[in-house]
Amino acid sequence: MTYIPHTESDRRAMLDAIGVDSIEALFGAVPEQYRFPHLDIPGPLSEMEVMAELRGLQAINASAQDYSIFLGAGAYNHFVPSAVNHILLRGEFYTAYTPYQPEISQGTLQAIFEYQSMMCALTGMEAANASHYDGATSLAEAVIVALNEGRGKRRKVILSRTVNPQYRQVVRTYMQGQNVTFIGDDSARSLDELVGLLDGETALLVVAYPNFLGQIEDLKGLADKVHAAGALLAIVADPIALALFKTPGELGADMVVGDGQPLGIPLSFGGPYLGFFACTKKLVRKISGRIIGETQDNRGQRAFVMTLRPREQDIRREKASSNICTNQGLMSLSAAIYLSLMGKCGLSKVAHLCYQKAHYAAQQIDALDGFEVEFGKPFFKEFVVRCPIPVDEINAYLLEEWGIIGGYDLGRDYPEMKDCMLIAVTEMNTREEIDALVEALKEVAE
Amino acid sequence: MTEPLIYELSSPGRCGVLLPELDVPETALPEGLLRDDLDLPEVSEVQVIRHFVKLSTLNYSIDKGFYPLGSCTMKYNPKVNEDAARLPGLAGLHPLVDEQDAQGALAMMYHLQGWLAEIAGFAGCSLQPAAGAQGEFAGLLMIRAYHLDRGDTKRTRILIPNSAHGTNPASVTMAGFEAVELPSDENGDVDLEALRVACDDTVAGMMITVPSTLGLFEVHLPEVIELVHACGGLMYMDGANMNAMMGVLKPGEIGFDVQHYNLHKTFSTPHGGGGPGSGPVAVNEKLLPFLPGPIAGVVEEASGDDEAPLYGWVMPEKSIGRLKAFHGNFGMIIRAFTYIRIHGGTGLKAVSQYAVLNANYLLSQLRDTYTVPHDRFCGHEFVIEGHWKDAPGVHALDISKRLMDYGLHPPTNYFPLIVPEALMIEPTETEPKETLDAFVEVMKTIAREAHEDPELLHSAPHVTPVGRVDEVLAAKQLALCCVPIPDWSARTELKTDLA
Repeated sequence: MTYIPHTESDRRAMLDAIGVDSIEALFGAVPEQYRFPHLDIPGPLSEMEVMAELRGLQAINASAQDYSIFLGAGAYNHFVPSAVNHILLRGEFYTAYTPYQPEISQGTLQAIFEYQSMMCALTGMEAANASHYDGATSLAEAVIVALNEGRGKRRKVILSRTVNPQYRQVVRTYMQGQNVTFIGDDSARSLDELVGLLDGETALLVVAYPNFLGQIEDLKGLADKVHAAGALLAIVADPIALALFKTPGELGADMVVGDGQPLGIPLSFGGPYLGFFACTKKLVRKISGRIIGETQDNRGQRAFVMTLRPREQDIRREKASSNICTNQGLMSLSAAIYLSLMGKCGLSKVAHLCYQKAHYAAQQIDALDGFEVEFGKPFFKEFVVRCPIPVDEINAYLLEEWGIIGGYDLGRDYPEMKDCMLIAVTEMNTREEIDALVEALKEVAE
Repeated sequence: MTEPLIYELSSPGRCGVLLPELDVPETALPEGLLRDDLDLPEVSEVQVIRHFVKLSTLNYSIDKGFYPLGSCTMKYNPKVNEDAARLPGLAGLHPLVDEQDAQGALAMMYHLQGWLAEIAGFAGCSLQPAAGAQGEFAGLLMIRAYHLDRGDTKRTRILIPNSAHGTNPASVTMAGFEAVELPSDENGDVDLEALRVACDDTVAGMMITVPSTLGLFEVHLPEVIELVHACGGLMYMDGANMNAMMGVLKPGEIGFDVQHYNLHKTFSTPHGGGGPGSGPVAVNEKLLPFLPGPIAGVVEEASGDDEAPLYGWVMPEKSIGRLKAFHGNFGMIIRAFTYIRIHGGTGLKAVSQYAVLNANYLLSQLRDTYTVPHDRFCGHEFVIEGHWKDAPGVHALDISKRLMDYGLHPPTNYFPLIVPEALMIEPTETEPKETLDAFVEVMKTIAREAHEDPELLHSAPHVTPVGRVDEVLAAKQLALCCVPIPDWSARTELKTDLA
């Protein structure tokens, strides 16, 4: 019994102390006909055997470790400094519980406070919470906040079609039991057209920055129009892009959400990631999720503690605005370490490298016969390429012949973008890799 | 003992990472769209390492000591799990690669779905929920979808015993139902009479934790399930306490329709200081078409005996939809997969048996010193009362704080809400008898101190990095971030509000 430390004499002594003959005797309250069912699960296996099996399973995946990768669409292959993982592996962090006991949890509490501070700096917002599950659920929580702000009278949410399609699916899943209408994303609309949908029943307007197609839209003036209609503005943002572009705070957003995965968190087949959530101070008492605040202890020292607790489910129960009970604690720690290491100049440089390499790749691909890059709007690290043949055919060829994981097939979510590929380029892609991609695309179209 | 903020260590010009030089020709940045300044700390790598290492030493953790934290299952987190999750072919796998390029990951998910269904006696499972609370939410949305699919629109209420976790009623509200609280009887079980009265054709279902949050195996369970099913409702089992259930009782066999798991409790994935969790949801045949998806499935059977089948994504026919982006907290899925592989069916059964043995042993050692509200054999945890008539002014909170002086994490206190001054204790199976005996000694010492020197408890903890913290001050000053708040002059309404 691998992790069960009892010796036979321990077991005997404990049973004697309890006053029963066998462990089985402790389960008398379980109805007999259902008691002690067989579990049809193979094993046990030794650690050695399990690791051998896992090494076999991981080897048949096409990971960013073995291939050059141009796939993004919501999850990105960014550089993770070694120091991040070394800190994460400290048992004092990863085997700790939620910091309900501040006297013995200052490490976790201060790290999250620092995370909140750095997310405020990055987004230009006044407050940030300790995180939600991922970018999509963070957006769902923003929708709940907006509906509560609308006091039940405003039941309409406008979504731009260029918000990540999976995020739009998730907010719809979340709200299926509530009386809420989602509009705006049934067809491609400009910002002005989205503004045109605002009315007295609108609680929230959601745009993405950069949007799912990688483009940076000029959001100046948007917040005023949304606020004039009495609604709130939520911006879904890429945290790396925020090192380069105007902050959502400056643009007048009420809430900023997104996935913090690019901040030192591995791809890990989609999770665990980090749903960041920042807002104006005005909204901070209305949002869900853990929030860490600064205070003092009874010895006069600076200390940190979970604050605004009465909003949460364990206290408010059915009146809580959300059932959220965890945050992505360890992932917010990753982001805090990552942002500390990168700092002011490092993160700007990462953003700069992404921007430049993506533009180089876009120019090279656009020059190929049959491929056309959409240059209509400024973009950050992703861009749309119209291809001469179906994207899945291209990707199969890239992987097999060139060891390249190609871009995202936009036709999967946008019927109007059949044969369009969304290519992501990060600081991890060298010029050689980009040149190889261009060469491979040229070859596949011939 | 405190540590400066990372911003307080900052000096202009420092950077903790060296990045490669630009290797492509430069393109002009778009003017008018750029930000001015970025107020992040400027520190070196060694400063960052020392800062976070020092912070880590301010934490209590399982690796450091015993965590008798009821309802949280703070068992040992095996180190091999961490190595498994960091294998490059798993940690470096993009969630949107083609199915055939992720066969290893899909195989792991497919098998874990199957094992979780088997452990609980269910027909299927989705690994999508990111935490237990999201699993509950998923289960309730499925119950809703099930009734609506049958054209039954009257069912608006979910019954919940008053001993339930707070997430239960909160999830009920989020799913668009009304939460109806049921009283417990004097033994801590569901009050059957009250249940009978509550059951009618507006009941969509009932949520119940087994063993209950009092740590008790509900004695009326078959009757409870029968009553709810008889009025057309479905039964949801809160799987938070599955650590007492493996190889003991299959919820699906006794009649539950749906349950969630907490991989971070039962299957040893680390709590991480508050997450990430993982809350797979398992269901019987009735709810199978409604599972959140997509889930892992076999899309092409194996052609020969030595061949693996082709795994792929399958969307359940009437799915409630997607609960998060991508496929669940895969890193937690890897750890749970590893844990189940190492244990096998027999090992998992032993886990539950020894978890229950440890809890009953502790209970037997503490029952003379502390009041036990429901004194019978417990499951994997039990509740005692942290107060005495002859020690007025001493509360459960004081006992908790005093435990820290002895190098122990306190039990869960003030939950469940139906026991006064509750201290809820869950030792888990991974603690040796020596640890339990040492804990009992400390608990007895504290009981003595409560009578002889109560001030020692009121002023505790004394040896922790910080003392009791001022929560009122935190809520009043609401200092949530240490960087100066930018003054966006255009946003006048905001400034008024802050003033």
